[in-house]
Amino acid sequence: MQTLKTDTNVDLSEIKSTLKSEQRKILTKKIMKNKLMVAGGIIFILLCLLALFGPMLVKYDPHEMTVSDRLTAPSGDHLLGTDNFGRDLLSRIVYGSRATLGVGFSVAILSSLFGLIIGLYSSYYKTLDHILMRISDGLMAIPGVLLAIALMAALGPSTRNVIIALSIVFTPYIARVVRSVALSVREQTYIEAMRAQGASSFRIIWLHIMPNTISPLIVQATFIFSDAMITEAALSFLGVGVPAPDPSWGNILYDGKLVIFNAWWMTVFPGIMIILAVMSLNLFGDGLRDLIDPRVKSGKKIKGDKHAK
Amino acid sequence: MLSYIMKRILSAIPVLLVVSIVIFLIIHITPGNPASVILGEEATPEQIAELEESLGLNLPIHQQYFSWIAGVFQGDLGTSYFMKAPVTESIANSIVPTISLAIFAQIIALLIAIPIGVLAANKRGSFADSSMMVFALLGMSIPSFLLALLLVLLFGVQLGWLPVAGFRPLSEGLLIHLQYLILPAISLGAIQAALIARMTRSSILEVLNMNYIKSARAKGVKNFSLILKHAFRNALLPILTVVGQTFGTLITGAVVVETVFNIPGIGQLVINSIERRDFAVIQGVVLFITVLYIFLNLIIDILYGMIDPRVRLDRK
Repeated sequence: MQTLKTDTNVDLSEIKSTLKSEQRKILTKKIMKNKLMVAGGIIFILLCLLALFGPMLVKYDPHEMTVSDRLTAPSGDHLLGTDNFGRDLLSRIVYGSRATLGVGFSVAILSSLFGLIIGLYSSYYKTLDHILMRISDGLMAIPGVLLAIALMAALGPSTRNVIIALSIVFTPYIARVVRSVALSVREQTYIEAMRAQGASSFRIIWLHIMPNTISPLIVQATFIFSDAMITEAALSFLGVGVPAPDPSWGNILYDGKLVIFNAWWMTVFPGIMIILAVMSLNLFGDGLRDLIDPRVKSGKKIKGDKHAK
Repeated sequence: MLSYIMKRILSAIPVLLVVSIVIFLIIHITPGNPASVILGEEATPEQIAELEESLGLNLPIHQQYFSWIAGVFQGDLGTSYFMKAPVTESIANSIVPTISLAIFAQIIALLIAIPIGVLAANKRGSFADSSMMVFALLGMSIPSFLLALLLVLLFGVQLGWLPVAGFRPLSEGLLIHLQYLILPAISLGAIQAALIARMTRSSILEVLNMNYIKSARAKGVKNFSLILKHAFRNALLPILTVVGQTFGTLITGAVVVETVFNIPGIGQLVINSIERRDFAVIQGVVLFITVLYIFLNLIIDILYGMIDPRVRLDRK
């Protein structure tokens, strides 16, 4: 009896591992088939690498002003030209990618975390659900950019406050997604069985409901990442985001608007960076969603994106 | 039908309540004392106390809320500290350019998006289809203020065809009004156009799979009139919903685009008020636009229920 048992165990684990590797192969094949998603992913990884390592490679300090070099066109010395204070535009864009991608990343992480907690608990406790969902309904009813502007007006301009304000704006969208998945999971028989066996709510929520909500959450988080970058750029452009003199793509554009008649490069180059970042993330997110939920092919994005523009 | 309308209206009440509380609290999350933030660093303690008294900031917080909300119900959004004028007056003065811009942007979006969506659905899977959809994706990835800057650079600075900034009221003539509004409207309408084009395409494709289309096709209805007369009409409902639901988004988008073109609308009002730390105006504008937004959606919902009876049953 004993030997038989170990035998089956060995076989099972072998079968399991071959199955797993086969599944992985199928998944890789599926991913590689979606060329747009792969392209988006690669562009985005390159942008992240630029933000991480770019500052080590650029020649100039992004704050260093050389008045004699004001508004010089792109040349061998200043590859992307200089701005209205004589600062090197390439350096500012590279350092600015840290601000913009950093805000996007932090907001995606923070709103995912809070959204996950809020979504899970409100799916599990009815009374809590009523309160939390009414609050998130209210927050979502206020147009996102407007709420962010009002919060920034109250908190004062700083990168940290941009992250706080945008996390407040985007958390309800994550909470909604998590809650709707969690609500259907919690009705399943295995959850009922757990409860009958006396498992604690904490265990049920975090070990048995939470894992099911992760993949839709990740898809939504990629969209929030790109929305947060757009909104950060808009806030900085309006002068209520990342405060000068620190560079972000939004406030480079703000400076660029002042000298738009003399320096096209100050508008075009940061503009291209924003478009690249947003589009690569959107492509990646679209592909990811098709992968996870093939039913919604090429539909419109989840409501979260509407407000940010 | 009546009970459906009542239900929709009742469901808006808790949302409005939460919205009002959130907007009310905005002034209270300022680090430090709101009155000293408004007055700036050089204010004396007496001035701060006086302002607190006049704004009612020395009262308990729930009393402040109730007196504010009572004012709101009477159409009083407070008084601008900087301009010494009612907030409603400032909003009324700057709402016209914003609405004008939003409507014009919506028209442009529809004119671009519907033909593109219909064509893409008709030629599904072709090169034209995929290139149009890539274009739509590009449209959705460019923030409106960035598109605005790029358009200004191209048409205003390089080509010199159109004015780069400013606003002319309708009273100076339609042509000049539109001439100043066309670039802002295109930049604002582009995202909208991308959204509507995708929606048009997918909803026509959905309709094209239905049996009545197949039978019409079998009876020999020509492709062109099949799409326009049979499919498009039934695909119109979801398109109209998108249009309705995103019109509010256009108004907020206008806030940002206005800044690029120095259009004296709601957006300028908000940005100037931030510099002046004029919280009454900020709160008033956010509340006004949000309420407008909620009511627009409510009306769309009700209209939708009238047009399509299935909706009434679905949302019980």
